[in-house]
Amino acid sequence: MNITSAKYQNDLENEAVYIIVVDNGVTRFVPLDPANKDYAEILRQVAAGELTIEDAD
Amino acid sequence: MSKAAELAALIGSQTAQGNKNFVINGAMNVAQRSASVTGLGDGDEGYVTLDRIRHTAAASAGRFTSAQTAISDLPGFLNCLHLDCTTADTSIASSELLVLEHRMEGQNLQQLKKGTSSAERITVSFYMKTNKAFTFMCALNDYDNNRINTQQFTTTTDWTRHSITFVGDTTGALGDDSGNSLSVEFYLHAGATYTGGTYSANTWQSRQASDNMRAVGIGSFYDSTDNDIKLTGLQVEIGDVATAFEVEDFATTLAKCQRYYQKSYNYSVAPATNTQVGATYQTTDASGNYASAGYTHFPVRMRATPTITSYDFAGNSGKIRGGADNVAVVIQAPSENGFGNYVNNVSSGAGAGIAIHYEASAEL
Repeated sequence: MNITSAKYQNDLENEAVYIIVVDNGVTRFVPLDPANKDYAEILRQVAAGELTIEDAD
Repeated sequence: MSKAAELAALIGSQTAQGNKNFVINGAMNVAQRSASVTGLGDGDEGYVTLDRIRHTAAASAGRFTSAQTAISDLPGFLNCLHLDCTTADTSIASSELLVLEHRMEGQNLQQLKKGTSSAERITVSFYMKTNKAFTFMCALNDYDNNRINTQQFTTTTDWTRHSITFVGDTTGALGDDSGNSLSVEFYLHAGATYTGGTYSANTWQSRQASDNMRAVGIGSFYDSTDNDIKLTGLQVEIGDVATAFEVEDFATTLAKCQRYYQKSYNYSVAPATNTQVGATYQTTDASGNYASAGYTHFPVRMRATPTITSYDFAGNSGKIRGGADNVAVVIQAPSENGFGNYVNNVSSGAGAGIAIHYEASAEL
């Protein structure tokens, strides 16, 4: 993934449910599911200091 | 052995059963994302053309096209994966890598009895055709236990069925879950990080300690723009014999692929194409917040909660069609089974038609 931005999105109960990322210019909604490979890659990039996730609005 | 005994043995064997092939889309018939993608090779490319075939890569100066190509010179097969080198790279940095992978869920591999004293032999078979003879590496990569087994093979300029049998591995059980446990891999290009070790054919080894033996002695797909590789008939089965390729109807293979990736568009239409065909429709009930809400139900339950990419009719990602294109959408409650959405402040007010296209990916 070539992520240029990442931001949490909350659900109607104001709990984070996924991350909105722009990946190679395409906006995608990545769920906070450890079994999702995109989420695992985001966590890897965050741990490596390569990516910061903005808080939800 | 009598005929009756032979028949009894056959009935009780894996080869007599359906679903003997652990590979999905081995005949290369399903390509939901795209029939052809160019300019690949500048980083990890993932899944771009044929379903279930992953292009695992580290950045290189080499570039290639991946395509589903029709074939007429291999009886019984209509399609192949076709890689075409479009930019050569003969100055290979240590970290460079190009691998084709087919990743498999552990819960589907328990018959292998890996990690037990009864571990089964595994035979990988496939048809490959190249523009010249290459030595490549075929590997079984155990992601659960970081173990790998590699075997070289040499291609020809004609379709050749390669059959490679791997010994059973009595170490490292595969997880009985939906995670990526085992991958069949083809190493097509690699730098010293992966080639600097010692080749030990058909031996299960610790992968973390021996990454430098993964691709020892292979040629390079990037060494000339003349190079192309065609692959089809990929099969992974229990035993030490490659049996006849298991033929499967298109609809069955497509449904299996949709566990990992699906889209709202018609099969032959690439995501983000300008069209309304296939979109999920809903209407607005109001003009303010939560003007419209809807739910999209997947035709096949997915492996995990997928990454969702929404599109309006014009193909703008992260958007929805709401009276006009380019309307912001909020995805709600994504699950293995579908996802909800709502939109706010639709300019056309109550009664407007709302429509959403999507891609959903839960790949391994």
